[in-house]
Order: sequence, then C-alpha cells, then structure tokens
Amino acid sequence: MEFLWQTILNGLMISSFYALIAVGLSLVFGVMHIVNFAHGEFYMIGAYTVWVLFALLHWPFFIAVGAAIVIVGLLGLVSERLIFRHAHGNVLSGFIMSVGLVFILQVAVVEIWGVGKMKPVPAAFPQVLDIGGVSTSWQRFIVLPATIILLWALWYFLAKFRVGRGLRASAQDPEAAALYGISPKKSAAIAMLLGSAMAGAAGAFMAPIMSVHPYMGHSVVWTAFVVVIVGGAGNIKGTILAALIFGFLTTIITTLLDSTIANLVNTLVMLVILAIRPQGVASHAEE
Amino acid sequence: MQKNNVNRSVWLTILTIIMVVAPFTISGYKVDLLTMLMVNVILAVSFRLITTTGGWSLAHVPMMGAGAYATALISGKLGIPFWFSMPLAGLAAGLTGLAISYPLVRTKDFSFFVASFAAGEAIRLCWIRFKVPFGGHRGLGVPIPELIPGVPALDFGEAIPYYFLTLVVTIICLSLMYRLDNSRVGDSMKAVQSQEALAKSVGINADGYKMLAFFIGSFFAGIAGVLLAHRLWAIEPHQFGFTATLYLLVWVVFGGSHTFAGPVIGVVILTILGEVLRPLADWVPMVYGIIIILTLIFLPDGLESLPRRLGSSAGKIWKFRISFGD
Repeated sequence: MEFLWQTILNGLMISSFYALIAVGLSLVFGVMHIVNFAHGEFYMIGAYTVWVLFALLHWPFFIAVGAAIVIVGLLGLVSERLIFRHAHGNVLSGFIMSVGLVFILQVAVVEIWGVGKMKPVPAAFPQVLDIGGVSTSWQRFIVLPATIILLWALWYFLAKFRVGRGLRASAQDPEAAALYGISPKKSAAIAMLLGSAMAGAAGAFMAPIMSVHPYMGHSVVWTAFVVVIVGGAGNIKGTILAALIFGFLTTIITTLLDSTIANLVNTLVMLVILAIRPQGVASHAEE
Repeated sequence: MQKNNVNRSVWLTILTIIMVVAPFTISGYKVDLLTMLMVNVILAVSFRLITTTGGWSLAHVPMMGAGAYATALISGKLGIPFWFSMPLAGLAAGLTGLAISYPLVRTKDFSFFVASFAAGEAIRLCWIRFKVPFGGHRGLGVPIPELIPGVPALDFGEAIPYYFLTLVVTIICLSLMYRLDNSRVGDSMKAVQSQEALAKSVGINADGYKMLAFFIGSFFAGIAGVLLAHRLWAIEPHQFGFTATLYLLVWVVFGGSHTFAGPVIGVVILTILGEVLRPLADWVPMVYGIIIILTLIFLPDGLESLPRRLGSSAGKIWKFRISFGD
C-alpha cells in the first residue's frame, strides 16, 4: 500500500515537470508552427540562472526562479524577433533554425561557465515532507504546486484576457484572426514569450534536483517532444493528459526495472500511438 | 547537351587524378581526414535521397550506426570477411530503415521530426542497454579489413590503403545513387514530395516510394558506417548521437538538397571550414549555428542556388559589356 502511494506521489511530481516543459513547446508549435528544438536549451538557461542567482549570489530562491522565468521569456522573445520570424511558418526551416540556436546557446554557456566543473545548487527546502508514511523532499514536492499555479495562470490568460483569446484565435485560424485585427506577428511573439518562460520555470525548479550542465536540455527536450506528440501538437489539454500518462509510465517502469528501459518504452508507446492515431490521443474535435 | 557531358567528364577526370595523387603529397592525418570526408559525403548524399521524398529524417545517423554495429558483429564476432560483411551490414541498416519507415511515413511535420528522432534514439538506447551483443557504453571493437581473407600481410590498416578502399567504395556508392536519382524511380520519389496528391492520383504509391527511399538511403548510410567503423577500429553509441545528426542537417541545408551536388558541396566546404577553425574548435558549433540560420534567412535553397542567383546578375553585366563594346 505504501508502495502504491509512493508511486502515485512520484508519478504526480514527474508528470507536473513534464507538463511544465511540454505545454510551452506545444503552445509555440500551435501558434507559430515552430518545432523549437532549442526549448531544451531555454530550460538549461533557466537552470543556470538559478545557479548563478541562488547558489552563487545567494538571492532568495523564489526571486531567482522569477528572474529565470523573465530572462528565459525575454530570450524567447528575442529569438522570435531575430530568427524564427524569418521561417514564415515553414516547419522545416523553423526546426533547423532552432537547431542552429541550440548550437549557439550551448557554445555560449560552455564558453562563459565552462563544461567540466559541477554546478551544485543547494536545496532551498531540504526538509523532508511526510504524507501519511510516504516521504519526499519539499524541494521535489514544490514542482507540483508550482506547475498547477503556472498552468492555471496560463489558462486564465488564454481564457480571460483579450490578448490571450487572440492568441488562441491565431492558433486556430491566423487569417481569420488577422481580419479581426489580431496581428499574427504579435501572437507569435507572445506565444514565444510564454512558451520560453515555461521552459525557464521548469529549468529553475529542477536546478536543485538535476545536475546543471550545458547539455542537460537534450534528454528533456526529447521527453517533451514525446509528450507533445502524444497529446497532439498545439493541444494544451492533450499535452497535460499525455504528461500524466508518461509521468506515471516512467515512474512505474523506473521503479520496477530501470530508467533506460523506461525511455525505451516511452518511445515505443509514442511510435505505436503515431502509427495508429497520428493526431494524438486527445483529438482536435473539441476545438 | 553533348558539350555538357564532355565538360562534366573532363571535370570528373581532373577530380579523380587529384583524389588519386593527393594522399601521397599530404600527411597521414590529412589522409584520414579525406577518408572521413568521403564517408560523410556518402552519408550526406544518402540523406538527400530520403529528403527527395520529403522526409528530413532525424534517424539517419543511427542508420549509419546500424551499419557500423552490424559490421562489428558480422566481421568481428562471427569472423566473416570484410567483403561480405560490408554489403550484409548495409542490408541490415537498410532493413532497419525500412522498419522505422513504417510508422514514419504516416506522420507529417512536427510528428515526423519527433518520431524519427525518437526512433533513432530508441535504436541507440538498445545499443547502450543490451550489453550483449552491443557492448553498452563502451561499444565494440572492429577488425582491420584484409584484401584476401586470411592473409594479414595485405590489410587495410594503414591510412593510404584504407583511403583507396574508401575512394573506390565512395565512387561506386555515388554513381549508384546518381543513377537512381536520374531514373524513373528517382523522379517518382521527387513527385511524391512536390505533388503528393497529384502523384497519388496518377497511381504512384506514395508511401511505398517513401519507404523505398528509406530503405535505399539507410543502406548507403550503413555502408558509410561500415567504412567509418573499420577505420576507427572501435565504435561506441555516443558517436551516433544527436550532435552528429545536427551536423548532417547543417551540411545538407547549407549545400542545398535540390541537386545531387548540393550536399557534397555542403560537406566539403564545412569540413574545410572546420579544419581552418581547428585552433578555435570549441567555437565551431556556434559558427555552424550562425551559418545555418543565416543560410536559411538569406539563401533558403542553400549554396547550390548561389550560381543561379549570381548568374542572373552576372548575365546582365555580361550583356552590358557587350553592348558597351558595340
């Protein structure tokens, strides 16, 4: 019984991390049709921001996290302006441009902070959390409420604000949205700002848990892609559902076997789903 | 047309002479560099073969790895001579490509990139996870190929003999792929990309041609992997990781994928650039990244489209001069 609760708790924590990183990716694809491979590097820069501000300069943890969200969001905005705008919605060019951006950001980080040395980020909340015999650290647990708050904020923005509704309109039909005075360029910029900020938040919250290094984005972006595909690209509800599915799948297989097998199974599940249901588990019928 | 052919054969003859003489005039390190360049040329051209059907697969480097692992198992573990293990390993890579193409041809855009990436990564995870027979992170050793099986005196262990082995295999592979590109099958493959609905309506089996392209492209990628493995004498999963795939994409996008020569130009120029920038090796990926973004913004069809673009303005200058002379 204890094992069951532990698995559920771990599964929820991993799922919330997956959701945090994948929703931003899905949003960017939905609005801009950019398969942003640099999303993992945005995540990495979020983690580095927390390392610099929290571990080196001893700022309060949540202020460092907030700074990471703002910095990475602005980085996304700048890259939309300088690079992705020129893809003109062409999926292939957009993807390869993002590959170029991956190279640029990785080398920049390696040259500034070096590759070999460990970048230890101390836990901001080292206390052990005990829920009815099931235990975890506060540091790990905090990802769960943080994700719920951030996703709720995103939903609130997309549903209640004029700009947010415009963004959804652009994603569904850019031409019709443009006729109503919603600039596709503005929508693209906002999507990129929000999507990157989510990646920055994910990196910031994971910095004390994961090891911080210049290539940490690679494995994460892969998982995020798997989640987005299965949820249906551009479909945020589907992405959250897929994050839950894969979060629990990963937790259960990692507990029973090992993490390499878990990655393998995730991939095979995705390939099978693609072969039988290319539009994702949650179809676009609801739109 | 006739004149064009003569021109082309003159250029090919000159290139062949240079390629034959070159290894005797440069250092052993540079000979190996040229060998690796040829391996990458096969890889890039075989990649372009798949892209002619519209599939920018991110699993192409793992296909090369499949060839390398297959030859390591066939010639290393089973002791079958190089001359048999090379085509067998190519076939193994081709069949792997065919297997992953089954789900891949059902996907588009975002899904295609991610699914191909994931498929390649799944193959690589298998090499890491299953230590028997793939050797895990440490990989496998690969024997030195022998000219006549059982005669160790005549082997390809040195740089120059291996260079010529690679040269011959490269010429065979490139001419086969060139013929395919200009054949009816090659035309059908291109039709599948540019006019999929139209191609289907005239009875072209679009998915079938895409899978065929995956099979053939992966076969040649596998051959490139065989050449790589037998020169390095050891292979490990890390070599076929995503960084190598990204480099491949950069070569092909930079050179252009509309013509047969495009990827070749891309590989050659960027390899030379990489060598020139050797003292700044850490910065090379960033230079690649900047080049690729600038190429896509200012020259979306790659370097191969440069003569055509310049051609129009150069023609104007030429005409102007003639009229000036009058």
